[in-house]
Formats: sequence, C-alpha cells, structure tokens
Amino acid sequence: MSSAELLFDSADRPAPTGPVLEVHDLAVSFPSESGRVRAVRGLSYQVAPGEVLGIVGESGSGKSVSSLAVMGLLPPQARITGSIKFQGRELIGLNDGELSKIRGKRVSMVFQDPLSALTPVYTVGDQIAEALLVHRGAKISKQAAAKRAVELLDLVGIPNAVERAKAFPHEFSGGMRQRAVIAMAIANDPDLIIADEPTTALDVTVQAQVLEVLKTAQEVTGAGIVIITHDLGVVAGFADRLMVMYAGKAVETGQVDEIYARPRMPYTLGLLGSIPRLDVGEKQPLVPIVGQPPSLTELPPGCPFAPRCPMEVDACRTAEPELVDVDGSAEHRAACIRTDELAASDTEGAEAAVEIFGAEVVEEAPIAKVPREERKIVLQLSGLVKHYPVTKGVVLKRRVGTVHAVDGISFDIREGETLGVVGESGCGKTTTLMEILNLQKPMGGTLSVLGQDAADLNAKSRKAIRRDLQVVFQDPMAALDPRLPIFDVIAEPMQVHDLDKEHIANRVPELLDLVGLRREHASRYPAEFSGGQRQRIGIARALALNPKLLVLDEPVSALDVSIQAGVINLLEELKAKLGLSYLFVAHDLSVVRHIADRVAVMYLGKIVEIGQVDEVFDAPRHPYTQALLSAIPIPDPVKERQRERILVTGDLPSPANPPSGCRFRTRCFLHATLSEDKQRTCVEVEPPRQEQGEDHEAACHFAQIRQVL
Amino acid sequence: MTVILNEGDSAGTSGAASGSPVDAAPEPGKSTTRGRLVLTRFLRNRLALFGLVVIVLMYLLAFVGPLLSKWSYDEQDYTAFLQAPYPAHIFGTDKIGTDMFAQTMRGLQKSLLIGLLVAVISTGFAALVGAVAGYFLGWVDRGLMWMVDLLLVLPSFLIIAILSPAFRGKSWLLFVVLLAAFQWMITARIVRGMTLTLKEREFVKAAKYMGQSPGRIIAKHIVPNMASLLIIDATINVGSAVLAETGLSYFGFGVQPPDVSLGTLIASGSDSALTYAWLFLIPAGFLVVFVLAVNFVGDGLRDALDPTSSRGRKREKKADRDRDDDAPASTQGPDTTTSSTTTSGGGKA
Repeated sequence: MSSAELLFDSADRPAPTGPVLEVHDLAVSFPSESGRVRAVRGLSYQVAPGEVLGIVGESGSGKSVSSLAVMGLLPPQARITGSIKFQGRELIGLNDGELSKIRGKRVSMVFQDPLSALTPVYTVGDQIAEALLVHRGAKISKQAAAKRAVELLDLVGIPNAVERAKAFPHEFSGGMRQRAVIAMAIANDPDLIIADEPTTALDVTVQAQVLEVLKTAQEVTGAGIVIITHDLGVVAGFADRLMVMYAGKAVETGQVDEIYARPRMPYTLGLLGSIPRLDVGEKQPLVPIVGQPPSLTELPPGCPFAPRCPMEVDACRTAEPELVDVDGSAEHRAACIRTDELAASDTEGAEAAVEIFGAEVVEEAPIAKVPREERKIVLQLSGLVKHYPVTKGVVLKRRVGTVHAVDGISFDIREGETLGVVGESGCGKTTTLMEILNLQKPMGGTLSVLGQDAADLNAKSRKAIRRDLQVVFQDPMAALDPRLPIFDVIAEPMQVHDLDKEHIANRVPELLDLVGLRREHASRYPAEFSGGQRQRIGIARALALNPKLLVLDEPVSALDVSIQAGVINLLEELKAKLGLSYLFVAHDLSVVRHIADRVAVMYLGKIVEIGQVDEVFDAPRHPYTQALLSAIPIPDPVKERQRERILVTGDLPSPANPPSGCRFRTRCFLHATLSEDKQRTCVEVEPPRQEQGEDHEAACHFAQIRQVL
Repeated sequence: MTVILNEGDSAGTSGAASGSPVDAAPEPGKSTTRGRLVLTRFLRNRLALFGLVVIVLMYLLAFVGPLLSKWSYDEQDYTAFLQAPYPAHIFGTDKIGTDMFAQTMRGLQKSLLIGLLVAVISTGFAALVGAVAGYFLGWVDRGLMWMVDLLLVLPSFLIIAILSPAFRGKSWLLFVVLLAAFQWMITARIVRGMTLTLKEREFVKAAKYMGQSPGRIIAKHIVPNMASLLIIDATINVGSAVLAETGLSYFGFGVQPPDVSLGTLIASGSDSALTYAWLFLIPAGFLVVFVLAVNFVGDGLRDALDPTSSRGRKREKKADRDRDDDAPASTQGPDTTTSSTTTSGGGKA
C-alpha cells in the first residue's frame, strides 16, 4: 500500500497506549411482552490497538447487541449498565450529540447488509465525502473530501474509482457496496472498527475479497477490529483473539489457535464439531448440539448451556460458572466447571467433540453399493435452457435483450444419489430448480423426471409426478404457512393428492417421529418452533407422499451452525432409510462435500465442472472451481493462514450479456497467465465439457489439476 | 411472541429485528398463541377497549332499545308535539309527535346494519378481487385493475344520487350493494399488492409445487395471511359506510321515508338545530360517538396486530425502571416468550 502513508498520517495523534476498547460487566436488556430480555449479561472484553477480536455465537447470543451498545445505537427502550471505555473515556451515559463526535470518526462500523447501509439517493462518492465533512467540518474543503473519497474507493479495491464514485449504490454489486461501506468506515482513520457479520450477506468469492479489504483497512489505519460472525471459518484466519458468546455471556475467550486446538468449553467444542469440513474427504460425523439456546427472559440458575451439554452434571445446575483461566494460561479462559476433564481427555478438537457428543457416521443405504450405471435415472436434464426477455417500454414492450439464466445444462441423478449444485448467486441454480419444479416444457433441451419427459405431461400426469418430486425450501420461516397448525401443514400434500382422512391422521404422527419431532407438536403453529425444527417440519411435509426425489434449495443455509448439523444428519439418515435421491443446491461447499455424492459447479448458467465429489474437491480442474474452493475459509487457524488464496477479481458478469467464448475468462486467473493465442481460444471458442477422469468433466480449454485445500 | 404471521407483519418485523436485535429463541411448549397475544395487546389499549364497549352497547341498544320503548318509530303521540326530553319521551318528540327515542333507535339500527353489511361485503369483495388479480396477473389482473381504476374515478356520491330514484321503493339492501360497490377498490389494490409479495413466499410456492389448485391456494394460504389487514379494514369500513349512508340519506338519496336512518333524522332535525336542539343533537351525537368508537377500535387493532408498533407495547412504569434489573413486569404470565423472530441474526444465507 504505497498510498497508505499519504492517506493516513498519524503524526498528529498521540501514540495509543492501553486498550482501545474496554468493556466491563456490560449488561443490556430490552422490555418485551414476557418480561425483560436480558440480551447481554455481564460481558467484559478488551481490544488492543491493531488487534482483531472475533466474537462468535449463535443468533440471539447477544453478540450484535453488545457491539451496538458500544456504538450507542441501541433503541431507547434498551437498558444498558456496566462500563464501556473507549480510549479511557466512558461511553455509557454520553448523550447522542457527544457520541456522534466519536461515532464514525474514532469508532466506525461495518454493517451486515451493505444495501441498507448506503443511502440510495446519494452517489457513493458523496456519501464517503459526507463522512469526512461531518467530522472534519471546516478543516476540509468539499473538493478535497471528494478527492479523498476517490482515494478511499481506490484503496478498497474498486476499479476505476473516479468514475465509480459518481455511481449510485444500486449500480454497485453487493461486494462493491460492502467495499464502499468499509471505505466509509476507514475514512476518518478510526481507532476501532466494528464489523457486524460483514460477509454474511455475500458470496464466498466476494467474501474472500472483502476479508482481504478489511485486512488492508486494518493495516492502513492500525485500528483495532471487532469482527462479529457466526462462521467459525471466517474468524479462523482473520482474528487474533476469539470470544465465544452464549446466552449473553462470554463462555470462552483466548488466542484463536488455542481455542481451535484446545477448546475447553463444551459449547465451543460442539460448535467446532458441528461444522462440515471442506478439507476432510472421508465421511466425518457431524456433531449436532441438541436443543436450542435458552430464552433470555428467565434463565434458570446454573450454566445456561447445561440443558444442551453432554457433560452436564448436577453441579452445573446450581450456579452459573464464571470465566476461569484454563491450561494454566491467563490468555485462555472458559466458563465451565469441567474444563479440567476436557483438558485431560486424549483427543482434541473435532475428534473430542465427536467423542463427547457421541456423533456417528450415518450408514449408507444398500442402494449406494449398486454401481451407478445400474441404478435407475430419477432426473435427467439435457441442454436445459431458460432465457428471460429484457423488455423496455410500458405500452409497446420491446425486447431489448435476453437474460441467459440457464444456458444449456445437462446432468442426471440416479436412484439413491445426491447431486450437489454449487455456484455464486446469480449463476442460475435457483432457475434450474424452478424449471425442474414447474414441470413445464423447457424453452430448450429436455427435462425428464422419473423417465417421463416434461414436454409430454398433461395436467393430470403432472400432478401425479408431483407426488414423487418434492421440495424443501431455504427459509424455514417462510416455507410454512404461519396460519396453519403443523398437522395441516404436513397433511396438505396428502389432502391435495386425495388421500383419505384416516390415512392422513396416521401418517402425520409417523412423519413427526421420522424427522425427530414429538407427536404432540402437531397442534402447534409454526411460529412456536425454532428454525431447525421448522426445517424439520418442512422435510416432513416433503416426505409425506413418499417421494423418490427431493429437491433441496439451500436447506441449511438459514440455520445456525449448531442446528445445521442436526438437519444435515437427518437428511443423510432419511436418504439411507428411504432410498431417496437428492438434488441439493447450496452455496456452502463444505456442506456439499459432506452430503453429496456428485457435485456440479455452475457459473453463469453453465455447468463448468461436474463429477464425483471427492474427485472434484481434491483435484479440481476448472479454474472457477479452484477459486471457489480456495475462497472457503477452513475452521483451522493454522491451516487457514498457510493456505494460498486464489482471489477471483470482480463480480459475476451480468447474465444478460455474458462474455463470449468461455464465460469465466473475464475473472479467470489462469486466462491472465496464458499466451496471447491461447487467450484467443478462450475468447472465441466456448469450451465444451470434457471428460477429465472417471466420472469427472470440466469445461475448460486448459484444464489442469490444482490443489487448493 | 411477535412472530411473523402475515405479510403485513413480516415487513414490520424485519424492521423491528434491526432495531432490537435480541432474539430469545422461542421455546415450544411455553409460548402463547398469537391470538392471545393480540388480545393482550389490544386490551392494554384503554381507548380501543372503550371504543369496543361503545360499539357493542350501541348495537345492543339499537336492537334491544325499541323493545323497551312503548312507542314505535312510525307511531305518533298526538298529545305531545315538539316536546323536549321528559320521562314519557326520554329523547323528546318531533313536530308530528313521533317519539324521538324510537326514531333514533330505528335509525341507529338501520345505519349500523347498513354499515356492518357494507363493510363485510366490500372487504370480502376486495379480498377476492385483489387476491385473484395479484395471484393470476396477466389479463385477469389487467381487467380487474381496470375496473378498480374506473370505479375510483367515478364520483360515487353522484352515481348513487342518480341511481337512487330507480331504486326507490325497493329494498334497502340494494342501497347496501350500491354503497359497497364504491367502497372496495382501494382495499382491493392493497390486497393485490400484498398478494404479489405473498405469492413469492415459499409456503405458497410449496403449495403450488405439491399440486394445490390456484383457487385453494388463494383461499387457504393467501387470504388468511392477510386477515389482520382485512379485519382492520372492515372495522374502519363500518365507520365510513355509516358516514356515507348518513350523508346520502341526509340528501334524500339513501334510506327512504317512512323508514328512517340517522341520516334522515339529522336531515330533518337540522332545520331546527338551534330552536329544538334535541331533534338534531341526539341522532348527530350517536353518529359522532359511533364513528369515533370505530376509529379507536381500528387504531387499537392495528397497534395490536402490528408487532413493530410501540404503542401496543407494555409501558414500563417509572418505578419499575429504577428498580433492579431482574424484576420482570408482574402483569405478564410466565408463559410468554419473546422474540423478534430468528431472522434478526440476519441472512445466514
């Protein structure tokens, strides 16, 4: 960063001494219908200058609330006690005007949703300049502020910053918006940056870019960073210290390496064991943490994790454990009375989790032993095309272009098999799903389900096929009609297909058992269940008619990690028990590696690589697959720091105007290194899907194996 | 729990979630139903509760009152002309000796009945048209919305005024239909808009992909999920229908003599508003109180059904605030769970 010194000279500032942020015994509570929600209960932590502190926890653990309290951004009904000292100055009790002088200047925040963090009616450049003008006042002229805004945009890696500064937020992609927000956050050279799930809303490739930018931002400003996330992978390579929160309290703090290698609180252990690992080939058992986080309105006495803890003893229920030093180190502290026993066990990390939580690898179905060629084809797509017209004009609609959402994709799924489809958002995954589910004649190519061509279906046979083709949606909140009790939700597909009442009344409790819910739950409403339970209900509904093929649209991406593992295990079990086939769409490659037998990587409406899951992950041929895999953080700080990351530049091109030849060439790192005539091949000839090995195809002219894990 | 139970709410909830990103996970088995929660929130609003009581009393009075009076609205007492209220005629009499209490009760009965019917018909029709237009889109949508636009630009008052001679002597139910015909359009547009968003919700898609027919999807999934909007709308429609009815009757286009409504009573009493004030003030007072009460209830319902509304929230007493942290308000049963739904953690997507 050569421009960094120019931008941020800290000569006029006294060298910081002591921690930038000191939070002591912070408690935040909100009024609610059922009494006070004690969102944060006695939280203490420090952030040193230049240090990165990661705060990890499930939703509802109080991680966001505690940082909003630091920013003074909580709603007025929140009650805040304790002490928040920023560079020695107490923040609690300051009025809004005084806080505003610190906010945005000395402390800045990067929010989760970059779309709502920018004002849509001003240009990005103006908004960054505004951040400068507000805090520098007369000391900086408008022109200088505008110029600096451009420099900042340049610093966070926005190409052609002079032009882009004049663009409005909607003209930016998600990743670029998040960069702009980071630019705004570092505009006044803050001493502390709070990043609240800064990459959660972004694609993996973009996530890697944004993390890089945050690193740069930290290097240039020398600020302390608090990064809040639920993703243990993100913090592994980025944070120095880690704080794990549960039910409004820190349950484990320490150096990142220490915590990942030797977790001393069963909750942390469970979290580590519940993440599917991208770098582990053989089936690893996933640790589900049973139950769900406690209600924060009336916590029973004792350890809040006790009801979910496999190591729970009577003593856990009597008093809430305080954070104590473990392993004789003052750095690593955990709130558990049985840390010593954890330390004494032979295994460490994920293995210990498997042992303690008692997870097992799900056994394979008998059908999986039959060679693939001998199994029946359940779903077959060949050359499927879906284009959307882009029209202009209100009265006379003129067609001005075509969105190539899905542009000729082919794959098949055999009985008892799981095909994972991965790719960035906008690559056509969802369109493909919708085409399959709609069961209409495709615009191009053929679609056949269970041997029946969709083009030949009439209304009656289409309905018959729907019995065997069911779907589980991503968002468990939205997928269940909130006005219907669970019984009716699960009964609906059976009612549609005219099964008799008695059968339905018997089948619903059966299904509830199958997905691990209690029969009594049938009379409750969806709102009374947690996300994971709702997803189970969604699965029960999908299974009601004994389907052959289940289409899963990101079924676990809206769930917390600890819950996610339970749902993945359930899906695996069901597949083995019922001999189902899955079409599993996800953007999380680790989950796909865990659950899928074969994987298809999509890019801009095309499949660029397809094959056996271990083949593709261990020996990826297509540069895009390689980049995608390298962008996924691995929850292992040591490995993560050693990894070489392939950064894909820029964003997904618009599918309305895809690049000629190979669609990935505009972002391809391999393309850039090729000789000129080879580059011409990329530009002019669309690479066909070629056999690269046994059941492994890739669409690249210059495919070569590159190990990235 | 302030849980997402319908579309209107859900838009609000995401906002609430960003405001107070707390989310205690709901604990099944320990939560109240939404209905009870709405009820608690509604009952907490004193004004709305008062309004509800007033409305119920008025309906009761309108139907039970005439039974208690020994006079009928079309009977005259030739011993009492233009008498101010006194025990025999508690609301006084008019210039031909009709008992004002009997007349007012009859008028109230008619007005309230018309108001209720118009509200139910127009809201029901609006829900149907809006949902159908929003669900099917295409030419169905264009046709229906064209009709809505047409009716919106037509001056309803004028049309009813012109049409009313044709209906003279026929049933007042025709008048109800006419009034309803001009009251559903705006609601239909709102319903259409909500249908468009509901249609994209996954539970509607799920129903579609399991082979559910469009008609049943609308009836089972779309309309019930707009129930809170429709309830509020119907409540407020009662008030405006009563107003429209009285307005038209005042000018002689609505309810025809010898039948009476509040409008005709106000019309005939307005000449003598300053001299024989009871002829005017009593029916007008009933009208004002009723419409006011309806609006209170409408407001209260909206606050109770909208999870983001802070007015429905329990007020914290000052003393409670100063006291120690762990004194959860005592009025609440222990069996409610809080949450601004699990979305607040945001898109783990």
